[in-house]
Amino acid sequence: MAKMTLEELRKLRSSQKSEMERRDVEGKETHIIVGMGTCGIAAGAKGALDGFLDTIKKNNLDDVVVKQTGCMGLCYAEPTVEVKVPGMPDTIYGNVDAKVAAEIVEKHIMHKELVQDHIQDKPAGDIIK
Amino acid sequence: MAVKNYILVCGGTACESSKGDDIFNNLLKEAEAQGVADDVQIVKTGCFGFCEKGPIVKVLPEQAFYVEVKPEDAGEIISETVIKGRMVDRILYKPEKGAKGDAFDIDNIEFYQKQYRIVLRNCGLINPEDIDEYIARDGYAALEKCLFDITPDQIIEELKVSGLRGRGGAGFPTWMKWNFTKQVESDQKYIVCNADEGDPGAYMDRSTLEGDPHSILEAMTIAGICVGANMGAIYIRAEYPLAIERLETAMAQAREYGLLGKDILGSGFDFDIELRLGAGAFVCGEETALLASIEGKRGMPIPKPPFPAVKGLFAEPTVINNVETYANIPAILTKGGEWFAKIGTEKSKGTKVFALTGKIKNSGLVEVPMGTTLREIVFEIGGGIPNGKKFKAVQTGGPSGGVITDKYLDTPIDFDNLISIGSMMGSGGMIVMDEDDCIVDVNRFYMDFCVEESCGKCAPCRIGTKKLMGYLDRFTQGKGEVEDIQKMKDIGEAMKKAALCGLGQTAPNPILSSLEHFGHEYMEHIEEGKCAAGKCKDLVHYKIIAEKCIGCTVCARKCPVNCIEGERKKPHVIDQEKCIKCGACFEGCKFDAIIVS
Amino acid sequence: METVEIKINGQPYEVEKDTTILKAAKKAGIKIPTLCTHSDLEPWAACGICVVKVEGSPRMVRACATSVVPGQNYITHDPELKKVRKTVVEMTLSNHPQECLSCARNQTCELQEVAAEFGIREIPFPMEVKRLPKDESTVSLVFDPTKCIQCGRCAQVCQQLQDVWALEFLHRGYDTKIAPAAGVLLNESPCIKCGQCSAHCPVGAIYENDQTEEFCAAVEDETKHVAVQIAPAVRVAVGEAFGMEPGSITTGKIYKALRMLGSDAVFDTNFAADLTIMEEGTELVQRITKGTGVLPQITSCCPAWTDYMEKYYPDMIPHFSTAKSPMMMQGAVTKTYYADKAGIDKKNIYSVAIMPCTAKKYEIGRDDNMQASGVNDVDLVLTTRELARMIKTAGIDFANLPDEEADSPIGAYSGAGTIFGVTGGVMEAAVRTAYKLVTDDELGDVNVNAVRGMEGVKKGAVDFKGTEVKVAIAHGMANVKSIMDEIRDAREKGSEPPYHFIEVMACRGGCIAGGGQPYGTEDDIRDKRIAGIYTDDEKSVVRKSHENPEIVQIYKDFLGEPLSHKAHELLHTKYIERPLYQK
Repeated sequence: MAKMTLEELRKLRSSQKSEMERRDVEGKETHIIVGMGTCGIAAGAKGALDGFLDTIKKNNLDDVVVKQTGCMGLCYAEPTVEVKVPGMPDTIYGNVDAKVAAEIVEKHIMHKELVQDHIQDKPAGDIIK
Repeated sequence: MAVKNYILVCGGTACESSKGDDIFNNLLKEAEAQGVADDVQIVKTGCFGFCEKGPIVKVLPEQAFYVEVKPEDAGEIISETVIKGRMVDRILYKPEKGAKGDAFDIDNIEFYQKQYRIVLRNCGLINPEDIDEYIARDGYAALEKCLFDITPDQIIEELKVSGLRGRGGAGFPTWMKWNFTKQVESDQKYIVCNADEGDPGAYMDRSTLEGDPHSILEAMTIAGICVGANMGAIYIRAEYPLAIERLETAMAQAREYGLLGKDILGSGFDFDIELRLGAGAFVCGEETALLASIEGKRGMPIPKPPFPAVKGLFAEPTVINNVETYANIPAILTKGGEWFAKIGTEKSKGTKVFALTGKIKNSGLVEVPMGTTLREIVFEIGGGIPNGKKFKAVQTGGPSGGVITDKYLDTPIDFDNLISIGSMMGSGGMIVMDEDDCIVDVNRFYMDFCVEESCGKCAPCRIGTKKLMGYLDRFTQGKGEVEDIQKMKDIGEAMKKAALCGLGQTAPNPILSSLEHFGHEYMEHIEEGKCAAGKCKDLVHYKIIAEKCIGCTVCARKCPVNCIEGERKKPHVIDQEKCIKCGACFEGCKFDAIIVS
Repeated sequence: METVEIKINGQPYEVEKDTTILKAAKKAGIKIPTLCTHSDLEPWAACGICVVKVEGSPRMVRACATSVVPGQNYITHDPELKKVRKTVVEMTLSNHPQECLSCARNQTCELQEVAAEFGIREIPFPMEVKRLPKDESTVSLVFDPTKCIQCGRCAQVCQQLQDVWALEFLHRGYDTKIAPAAGVLLNESPCIKCGQCSAHCPVGAIYENDQTEEFCAAVEDETKHVAVQIAPAVRVAVGEAFGMEPGSITTGKIYKALRMLGSDAVFDTNFAADLTIMEEGTELVQRITKGTGVLPQITSCCPAWTDYMEKYYPDMIPHFSTAKSPMMMQGAVTKTYYADKAGIDKKNIYSVAIMPCTAKKYEIGRDDNMQASGVNDVDLVLTTRELARMIKTAGIDFANLPDEEADSPIGAYSGAGTIFGVTGGVMEAAVRTAYKLVTDDELGDVNVNAVRGMEGVKKGAVDFKGTEVKVAIAHGMANVKSIMDEIRDAREKGSEPPYHFIEVMACRGGCIAGGGQPYGTEDDIRDKRIAGIYTDDEKSVVRKSHENPEIVQIYKDFLGEPLSHKAHELLHTKYIERPLYQK
């Protein structure tokens, strides 16, 4: 994209916002958001990421989006992953390795069943929402 | 399977003692008994923190938050909440209204939590490598406002109303810093971001830069607009490769979008930012040393005044703030200074990010409103001390701070309160100690850090740190003398007054503060040659009590240096000369025949 | 001068606006103790003993580095300040070897003085002295890091005043030390041996290489004819070591003392300064009138500057006057002209130079041209400080010595020769003679005020009867840059050279503040020594080099004319590019 004007920035923001809202309302897509800060990566977030990608591919799930984000603050439970599945509460999993990642895909995403022992609490509400 | 409800039972190792397992099993049984086993999934989770009120049970999607749940509550949770969708009022958590005033608006929060994220608002939520996600979350809206809607004076006014104080340690009002620079007439001014995070155990800034790099770029650009600067520099340690990479990506994206560079958003205002990599010297977190380092000189502080706001980088007026301070700016300018001023205490507004580490269950980053108590942070958010050990103290402010004992657990944390109890905010490292930590040993750690990190320029710091280290060394070897305490205090006071920069002036703080609160522990080392925590190896002696020893030989076999001798079925003896005090014999003895003294 | 009202210890004072607390207190007659600060340098704020209190503030500030704020009341002395300062001094002492009696700075040491003022009777903290090897790699200086208190003066002098950057802070914290970068030795570093580090060091960590024993051995050696020369700047400074006022002219006493110390002949470098003017002045005139070399011509009498040029500005080699320094000229004629006249084998002459300078120790061996006579033209260089020490050791009551004269035929000097010791002096002396060479007329007023004074860079033009001769003068090595840049700039653009003649002296104020001069040199002392030099000039009957009868004689009897073949052989040299680091 070329340099923006003020109007273009405002347009981009509102279209991005409504896109996010649409996702929330329609809830069609499944999102896996992997915490890829230094702490996450050091604790093995890359292994978890591979675990997600492999399992998704193996099961031909084409409506799952895997994204990265920064540190959530739950450093004692790294790697952490947030999973958003339509119709289910947004869930944060901690201590996710490749094996747990596979379990999350197979249980949480494919069977709408939470995975035992790895759920963490969201640290705080969102001031922007 | 159509699951309607999810019941989350906190199952961290911590809560096992609070019967988390029983609750879990009872819930399973009750769901089965009441015929809803297929509608509900019961899940054990990691520790939620808040363990003082544990065990905690959460029912989703109702958001029912039950505390101090007993196994016998399981039936009611199933019958009321899962089947009828009603709350069980008896165990429902009720926030303590008024604890922090009305400023803390909990309505927007899923359920009551102690944390409140301004600085970390986007961390863990957005993809830091995608500028669109930042923009979608009101990113660059503050920049828009500052470019087109409000004047530089209004920016200053908004910051003044907000009450934002620098998060780097000293807590100087940000609006004043900016205003000084704004008022100086100069063709060239600079905006500098101090990302030279160096306190042991502190990594808030790294996480912010990694998780939300655009917020810093936006804030620095706003500072540029405000004071009339067109050049910015982020001084970041080379040990933060991921943060550097994310910043570089963010800067490239911002330039592509015209949010950085020439003629930003067609406003005619130019601003660009460069990264300067530091080699990780702690002293370069001191602003004058940092500026010297950016200029390519040896990172050594110079006396202030003149302050960088008036004479800074290349002798030009320079705004220098740290990462956390900048991260607050866009939020303040979008949501308003008044909104920010409602959070926190009278003199310390907003939130503070702490890196909670040490003897704590849930170590990590926490962002809490100023005025939150240490008890809330350690025992509620942090989940308390693991393994049932006793809380001893918290070290805040890193090597510049001090220890806070249980006496002050309920003091609301803000800049001024921490100083009044002998510590300081510092950059936000918070290290929890338990009964196994020796205060002399802990101070040796900090002083060793200061000895290593002193730039060596001024005599009080260069020599003082080394002398203090020498005394601590002798204490841990049982060679201390009572007069040494006074000598340490003399050196400490001289350093506080006569060291050139903040590093040297605050380096004796941990010792002075711990001498006040744990003087007896120092005296124990000096007078009795004893380290109660068993950390000072030279003072620890393992002995076998002949009457209790049955001669099982386990200790002799466990000893890695073969210093335990004795015939089978006869009392064994430890050769004190050879003993390396590893404690293997002590751990291994099943008959309590080995004592530590 | 704009002034402001402040209070010191409750008493009101009117002081210069923006002055430091330290300076304001000094003017008010209150001494705040210091170790690292020096009036030649920007406040470095390292030692931590000049702290004072500002009424109403819990902090202490450094008096050396803090400007006064109108209306504030500064507390300079109270029990708490005394305690803090004393503790810092005690800490510093606990890291400093207690070897005062055998230290080069015994009785001139600033740390010793501070310790005495605080009445320190014992050091309460454990002694901890880091023994580090001495750097004796140069013939000029001894660098003893064991005694260093890291005040930073030497590094600051080397970097800020001299722009040499031979000395750097290495390592951090307790391991901090000041040394050449990358762990090389001084002689492998860009060091120009100017010795300003040694003149500014408050303790005995950097000092001149003491060669007094070599002098003593020479005078004891019956076979050796010891011929001594003294530089212009020595005469106005050595008296300070004997309680005399800075600037006192002690030429005759020095001659006498040198004879008492066993010298066989006592000459004066001022003679050779006149000789230098004859050679260098003629060279300049020829460059201007006959185009025999590039312009501007740059002076070459300062060995530290020559060394600096060879390292930092080798492109300026063609601009350098080929004339040797007065000391080397004096040495060369001592072992030829004088040897012949006195009938002494030059091999038996031991040529000694008393210099205000440590670089001179290096200069005598810098290349083969320094043996123009076939043997070492100068065998030994002693600094003013070493001379003073020898005089003391010999039990000579210097201040009360009678005056004596120098020996002929190379001892007489003109006022032009004596002003070589101050910044602008070589220029002024050259103008006095060049005027004659260009116009064939004598300069009316010999005082060329345009080139005098303490400005770091002085620029001017002298009217040679219609011919404008443009000159520039720099002293303090760091000041040379702007002039060199101008020359390079003109050269690159192909435009007219901005100057005809440039004088450079490495030390601020010129040789009178050289690295080998008595300790404690600051601008007020520089001013007094300079005044002494100009008085010496004014008192001289002959004030132009070409009118010095012994100069006339030596050309008549020996050299022929300036720039003659013989003069070239004995009195001129060449320069080579040298690397900054030799490793």
